[in-house]
Amino acid sequence: MPDKTVEKVEALPGDTASTAGVIVTDAGPAPEKARSLWSDAWHDLRRNPLFLISAVLIVFLLVMSLWPGLFTSASPRDADLAKHYLGKPNWSHFFAPDWLGYDVQGRSIYARVVYGARASITVGVGVTVAVTVLGTVIGMIAGYFGGWTDTLLSRLTDIFLGIPFLLGALVVLNSFDDRTVWVVIMALAFLGWTQIARVARGAVITIKQADYVVAAKALGASTSRILFRHILPNALAPIIVVATIALGGYIAAEATLSFLGVGLGDTAVSWGGDVARGREQLRIAPHTLIIPSVMVSITVLSFLMFGDAVRNALDPKLR
Amino acid sequence: MTIIDETAESPSADGSQGAGRPLLEVRDLHVEFRTRDGVAKAVNGVNYSVAAGETLAVLGESGSGKSVTAQAIMGILDMPPGRIPKGEILFRGQDMLTMSAEERRKIRGNKIAMIFQDALSSLNPVLSVGYQLGEMFRVHQGMSKKDAKAKAIELMDRVKIPAAKERVGDYPHQFSGGMRQRIMIAMALALEPDLIIADEPTTALDVTVQAQVMDLLAELQREYNMGLILITHDLGVVADVADKIAVMYAGRIVETAPVHELYKRPAHPYTKGLLESIPRLDQKGQDLYAIKGLPPNLTRIPSGCAFNPRCPQAQDICRTDIPPLHPVTERDGGELTGRGSACHFWKETIHG
Amino acid sequence: MAELGKKDESMDATPNVTEVETVDAATEEAAVAALDAPVERGEPILQVRNLVKHFPLTQGILFKRQVGAVKAVDGISFDLYQGETLGIVGESGCGKSTVAKLLMMLEKATAGEIFYKGQDITKLSGRALKAVRRNIQMVFQDPYTSLNPRMTVGDIIGETFEIHPEVAPKGDRRRKVQDLLDVVGLNPEYINRYPHQFSGGQRQRIGIARGLALNPEIIVCDEPVSALDVSVQAQVINLMEKLQNEFNLSYLFIAHDLSIVRHISDRVGVMYLGKMAEIGTDTEIYDHPTHPYTQALLSAVPVPDPESREGRERIILTGDVPSPANPPSGCRFRTRCWKAEDKCAQEVPLLAVPERFKGVDTPAAHESACHFAEEKDVVHAA
Repeated sequence: MPDKTVEKVEALPGDTASTAGVIVTDAGPAPEKARSLWSDAWHDLRRNPLFLISAVLIVFLLVMSLWPGLFTSASPRDADLAKHYLGKPNWSHFFAPDWLGYDVQGRSIYARVVYGARASITVGVGVTVAVTVLGTVIGMIAGYFGGWTDTLLSRLTDIFLGIPFLLGALVVLNSFDDRTVWVVIMALAFLGWTQIARVARGAVITIKQADYVVAAKALGASTSRILFRHILPNALAPIIVVATIALGGYIAAEATLSFLGVGLGDTAVSWGGDVARGREQLRIAPHTLIIPSVMVSITVLSFLMFGDAVRNALDPKLR
Repeated sequence: MTIIDETAESPSADGSQGAGRPLLEVRDLHVEFRTRDGVAKAVNGVNYSVAAGETLAVLGESGSGKSVTAQAIMGILDMPPGRIPKGEILFRGQDMLTMSAEERRKIRGNKIAMIFQDALSSLNPVLSVGYQLGEMFRVHQGMSKKDAKAKAIELMDRVKIPAAKERVGDYPHQFSGGMRQRIMIAMALALEPDLIIADEPTTALDVTVQAQVMDLLAELQREYNMGLILITHDLGVVADVADKIAVMYAGRIVETAPVHELYKRPAHPYTKGLLESIPRLDQKGQDLYAIKGLPPNLTRIPSGCAFNPRCPQAQDICRTDIPPLHPVTERDGGELTGRGSACHFWKETIHG
Repeated sequence: MAELGKKDESMDATPNVTEVETVDAATEEAAVAALDAPVERGEPILQVRNLVKHFPLTQGILFKRQVGAVKAVDGISFDLYQGETLGIVGESGCGKSTVAKLLMMLEKATAGEIFYKGQDITKLSGRALKAVRRNIQMVFQDPYTSLNPRMTVGDIIGETFEIHPEVAPKGDRRRKVQDLLDVVGLNPEYINRYPHQFSGGQRQRIGIARGLALNPEIIVCDEPVSALDVSVQAQVINLMEKLQNEFNLSYLFIAHDLSIVRHISDRVGVMYLGKMAEIGTDTEIYDHPTHPYTQALLSAVPVPDPESREGRERIILTGDVPSPANPPSGCRFRTRCWKAEDKCAQEVPLLAVPERFKGVDTPAAHESACHFAEEKDVVHAA
């Protein structure tokens, strides 16, 4: 065979490919450095006002839940019955204990709002982490191995999906006397992993057919290498999207359960519990109900907005 | 810029169809897209025209702007991110870009139809093909359901689908790739348009089926005296059916020629390189010539001639001056009808 | 082009290593007669015998029962010689990609054997299989999906060394990856970039570098250039030819583009509906085809030359390829063949040198699975 010469391809990163006439610039102008898909997503996120607003709010809430002492010197449990029913907010005393008034037992509502963040955020983040891990593992096993394993796990998912989330949580939590944050997290995670499992299973089934997975198999890669180096990193984007959007829902669920009296115990400081107690004073002191409710709404909204922004960045096709 | 078709003078607006008068004329069309990395200039001043009964092949690689031009003609560009900053698309002398959406809609489908590469995704999977074919008549011509079905069967016969009567109720997935492409052609033909734009109509098909479909398309075109714009990257398919060819590169037409001329004597280094880089079927070739480098990034098209970084003959002028489409002549100055080359050194390229 | 390898056994015999010497006298005589050049290159490196792959069609959700089978590959035999390129052509659904998957051990064969250096690799597992994988590598069709988008180029190529650590010591790997990038014509400084920062042609070069990393002997190429732009195809083809010479590779080149297959291949096999219709050297197949399917296929290829086009005969086949789940009896091509007779529906034609060409010194004397094989030149203008 005659010797062929091969021209070396010049340094021309970023050229364009078009599929069926739609122009896709698949590489940027002269990217001097490596640009991973994650860094591309981050590049998009930083320019999204939705993301910036929600991120600021979330950081604020996180700081509040980690170091509530930074925001108020009052304790949420100090009850001064002398202030009982003196509970009108004092809007000019910014950040003072009486800023938002007092509740029926004479406790500073401001302090309770600040300290209540911890319960909500812990439950929200805790449940999300738990369902993500649980759901991803189950979904990945079902999707990758297929066959009987898949049939079994998918039916199990369907069964759990058939349980109404709040009703199920109500029943489960009712059987616990001492409902700590961890009990609530476990109960919600126990019922909530199905959505992530389904998303993970779907993603894994698509990805395991990709040529790069086939290529890894052809090289003789082990199952764990294929799962953790090739499939998981590519399945992560849709999972993260679903998880961030679900986070808001778990915070709302915790508040709802606390409101119904089966969430955190009566001694815990939580927005849901305060909403429940505030309901009794709706006529005389509506702010005892409204203020914690607004906090729940703001938190849930921030996480939903955050999830939306993340989805737009990670999966532009969904837009 | 020069207009490709020598006969393409300013067309009259009365829509009369004189011999050789262009049915469709694209003038100095520009299309750009906003992307994450800047503005991608997909089409940069394209001129071409098609007359009734004529086949124009638009040849180019991915990113050459050949499909985007067609989408602009059909009015199916995604805008935004797409934008048409400049240009005219004259259909029977009327500029479609300045028409109202309603007027445009009437032309689309009725007068100009399009055939896509992927027939399966262009057909609705939950409706029978008979229903989808009949829909054209029900919606555009207000036919009754029964008449529309009869028309659908007639069309399926026309595109040579065996047992049309029995298969009229079948769904797209029940047909093979070649048959689906025939159904696409039938849909395009339904309202007897004046012009058909076929975007890679046989690329997804096997060679033995490709030949059947191209033959059918050519036959129907003759029968209805339609204009046909055939968009493709396949130099072989073009050689079979086209009358004239426009070669596109980086959003511009770099060469135009009647089909035989182009293959015999290319007048642009890009066309020449393409022809030399295809292995032959009828003899074992020696070295395969390869055009060096890569097609340009549309957000950063090279200055001067866009092909200059890959061109073996590039001089300084190629890096600074954009070559216009020069009319190509014989060595002695004799006229070569319909030939043009956007190369500063077209004389050297064609006459060696 | 040098004629390759002598046929020293009939394809339908069930061979094993020790029987390779068994000679079907008539076949050998004919085959030898067809060859006028001495054997230049070595022994067969890969021998495929009666390879079968049926994909079961099942019904039911929980309890699946088989209701039929897609006969993707239905008894294929061929040899791949050291240092040659064997092209496999055929239309979609003919089973050529399944052959690639079977050779790569990505699918389990329903029946048949694949001998690599005398060992049946379909029976191997564990470490022995891993060792074989090192020597048989693959280049994929779609450069956009065959590279993990979340790994850098360095990681994609370097992963081969993580899986087969004996090939390159740890400290040496980065340099080896950069060498490979250089070999395939990419800038070694691109090692930390991600696949989406490259164009299709460049990505295919990365895929080739990955295939080369373990110094394999055989590379199975499944439509390696069909997703690339015309002007880039030639670059990649030239690169593959250069690498073949440099590293003494054997290629199994699967493609539907007959012109490219002719250019790169020493021998060519034509597949139709899971069977080999015809196999021979490139001259035998392209200039002296004897199977009607090969003739139809060649005549249908659009040639970028209107002049030669007009002088050529065109055979336009009617109908489509039948479903591999329910192939025609006898000869599978008979439903679209203009020569079909009753015999074709009843008897499966075997892949062998046709009776009438046996012992005749003509390029038409090569293996063709047709009862009525006759020579017909369809690619040259009359």
